Amino acid sequence: MAQAQLPLVDTPLSLPEHPKVWKWYDYFTFNVDHKVIGIQYLVTAFIFYLIGGLMAVAMRTELATANSDFLDPNLYNAFLTNHGTIMIFLWVVPAAIGGFGNYLVPLMIGARDMAFPRLNALAFWLNPPAGALLLASFLFGGAQAGWTSYPPLSTITATTAQSMWILAIVLVGTSSIMGSVNFIVTIWKMKVPSMRWNQLPLFCWAMLATSLLALVSTPVLAAGLILLLFDINFGTSFYKPDAGGNVVIYQHLFWFYSHPAVYLMILPIFGIMSEVIPVHARKPIFGYQAIAYSSLAICCVGLFVWVHHMFTSGTPPWMRMFFTISTLIVAVPTGVKIFSWVATLWGGKIRLNSAMLFAIGLLSMFVLGGLSGVTLGTAPVDIHVHDTYYVVAHFHYVLFGGSVFGLYAGIYHWFPKMTGRLLDERLGILHFVLTFIGTNLTFLPMHELGLKGMPRRVAMYDPQFEPINLICTIGAFVLAFSIIPFLINIIWSWNKGKIAGDNPWGGLSLEWTTSSPPLIENWEVLPVVTKGPYDYGIEQRKESTDEDEDEEE
Amino acid sequence: MEQIPASIWTLTAGVVVTLISFWVGHHHGLLPEQASEQAPLVDNFFDIMLTIGTALFLVVQGAIILFVIRYRRRAGEEGDGLPVEGNLPLEAFWTAIPALIVIFLGIYSVDIFQRMGGLNPGDHAMHSMHTPKPAVAVVAEAPSKTTSDATALLAAAQTPEIGIGASPDVQGKAPDVVVDVAGMQYAWIFTYPDSGIVSGELHIPVGKDVQLNISARDVIHSFWVPQFRLKQDAIPGVPTELRFKATKVGTYPVVCAELCGGYHGAMRTQVIVHTPDDFETWRSQNQAIATAPVVPSLSDRHVEEMGVTPQLVAQVQAMTHHPSPAKF
Repeated sequence: MAQAQLPLVDTPLSLPEHPKVWKWYDYFTFNVDHKVIGIQYLVTAFIFYLIGGLMAVAMRTELATANSDFLDPNLYNAFLTNHGTIMIFLWVVPAAIGGFGNYLVPLMIGARDMAFPRLNALAFWLNPPAGALLLASFLFGGAQAGWTSYPPLSTITATTAQSMWILAIVLVGTSSIMGSVNFIVTIWKMKVPSMRWNQLPLFCWAMLATSLLALVSTPVLAAGLILLLFDINFGTSFYKPDAGGNVVIYQHLFWFYSHPAVYLMILPIFGIMSEVIPVHARKPIFGYQAIAYSSLAICCVGLFVWVHHMFTSGTPPWMRMFFTISTLIVAVPTGVKIFSWVATLWGGKIRLNSAMLFAIGLLSMFVLGGLSGVTLGTAPVDIHVHDTYYVVAHFHYVLFGGSVFGLYAGIYHWFPKMTGRLLDERLGILHFVLTFIGTNLTFLPMHELGLKGMPRRVAMYDPQFEPINLICTIGAFVLAFSIIPFLINIIWSWNKGKIAGDNPWGGLSLEWTTSSPPLIENWEVLPVVTKGPYDYGIEQRKESTDEDEDEEE
Repeated sequence: MEQIPASIWTLTAGVVVTLISFWVGHHHGLLPEQASEQAPLVDNFFDIMLTIGTALFLVVQGAIILFVIRYRRRAGEEGDGLPVEGNLPLEAFWTAIPALIVIFLGIYSVDIFQRMGGLNPGDHAMHSMHTPKPAVAVVAEAPSKTTSDATALLAAAQTPEIGIGASPDVQGKAPDVVVDVAGMQYAWIFTYPDSGIVSGELHIPVGKDVQLNISARDVIHSFWVPQFRLKQDAIPGVPTELRFKATKVGTYPVVCAELCGGYHGAMRTQVIVHTPDDFETWRSQNQAIATAPVVPSLSDRHVEEMGVTPQLVAQVQAMTHHPSPAKF
């Protein structure tokens, strides 16, 4: 089937009765279908998002007042450690890469499945035990050394829980490596022959860059953490200074992965943005090549910026200067993407539905997060604000305003493809408004807190910061309530929502050429690519030009 | 009526954005008071970045809002937008402008960092009033130290080469005041090696070149005085330093910025910047009793919630000054 033959909106009266669609219980098995695995990732990750979110609400409740009066300080530290860990390793990364990546990549390139389906299923099934380990670690006091787990604190505090934390991260890291190999091979070898590289959807370019980055950086984290595990449990002294070890080495190994992890979280979201914006703005993406190559540029430069997390640590002056400059350079390809998306809006016919609102909301907040990131990249300012609430504000603008908004945009955009039903737009818009207000109310004032002198990761703080903290806590509650319309929407629409049809948005990439939800092997007959995935308005313009020529004749 | 050309609107918007950005950059009031010679350098740099950032934010945000309003799909409207796929000069322009901005900021930040003294830690090493002990001497001393002191011993054997060192105006000179700063859960201990004074608060004279030799006894801590705009981790086994001049008499908080355990948030003390005369008075008063252990002032929270008692601190000090034989 050629993309060009698709009608713009196709709304059948009932869900198609496919002879080969998965039943609900297939989602609880070692199923090897990439769509089942994608949904398994998304739903599991969302459950962890709710758990991590509850931890955040508990922490913000504690921080409403200056004294430690709601949570025990050690429990507070366990919450902050696991909140960060869960949100990064069990929510954003699995949802963006595992969830959307698995569901969409084969559909977007015209493949019937991922290159290694069993490896794919195995990669997913490493996630639930990792999450269980993290949650079970609370029975042993919970890991309390922060998501960075710097030794010596991590080697002396709650050591059983800390070991469980390490094993959990190694499990998700292994899962990530397996997934990366799968994505690279799938994109490289399995796209339909008729698809040229410059017709590859930008989400797939982003996934390619993400996978390459994960493949290079994740083993370094795994190595660093295994050495830490040995220090805790087996008497080695890789990081013990009084026995010849060096604590700063751990920081290098940790951040060599964990700064690129920021790009692992945001690059797939950039991919989602590049799919959502053109469809709903009804415009070709502006600067296709610039966006594709900037993903690869971020992937390369992103490997050389990790030391900006260590400017106040044991970092020699030359390193502070080198990494200041390399960090600042990352702003250029990121800026190119943002400008391209804004330019895509120009001259469009923008549908302001929930998916588009979240995409535009992401643009707004990511700009602020990116700019505060530039200030953090420079050693002189970073020295003042490092490990303060300014940093907390920055990364929540990037990771909540960026990644989470992007995930929501993706869910509103592809939910009809995944389930065959549309989400309710009124609930979606309510969800967006509450989330947008909540995010800004929670995280914007934190910039001031950090600049004025409030360190992060504290359960008790100077009373002068209490009024601003109270505003942040109110924001956090708004953010928590914003989930409710979304949850109602998802559950209700999945069962009773309006039937979507194969292509409710009039999308041109290949996933919209199959039924909703897609068949087990995606297509009866593999599609043939006859035009690009973002050729909105081109046909229309050709027709009008032809008409004009006819009139002139 | 004749239509106003788009260039006039662009020019007007540019002027408005520039004015707003400059105003925000210079009137944000987001930073605490300046109390060190490094603080104005950092603040000026931050102001410049905030000005540029505000301008970029307003331009991008303005474009998003403008486009969303102007190009939104009206009821009943069908079809697609303009099929514009790219514009090479425009793309080159918006790649070049951020690149130039970050190159400028990069070079400027190196200059600021150099003026802060960031490029010269360890500069005073051989001229210091408090010359660190050679490693051989430390090793000879080692058997008499407890295991927990080994980290501090190793740190003392090395010259700090990490942190903020001599600013250009004092380069090559010995600092006026040297203070050894040790972080421990959940207190800072300040030792004045030339007088033997040990204190739980940092006392320094205004306008004098002060050097802090920072070490950690247990886990990583981070020494931060927001009003000085200076922060440096105290790392077990890695000696670090901060060298600065306080420029304003007053009392400022000393905050631990690195997560160091359950009561990390309570690891706070203060730095008291004296006039030179007051500092001499404080020093002479405390020097007299320096031979006896000085118990740092502890808040009720230290005692009640963390179990850090004056006796415990005195015991730690005794270990430092009168080491008891122990297995090593």
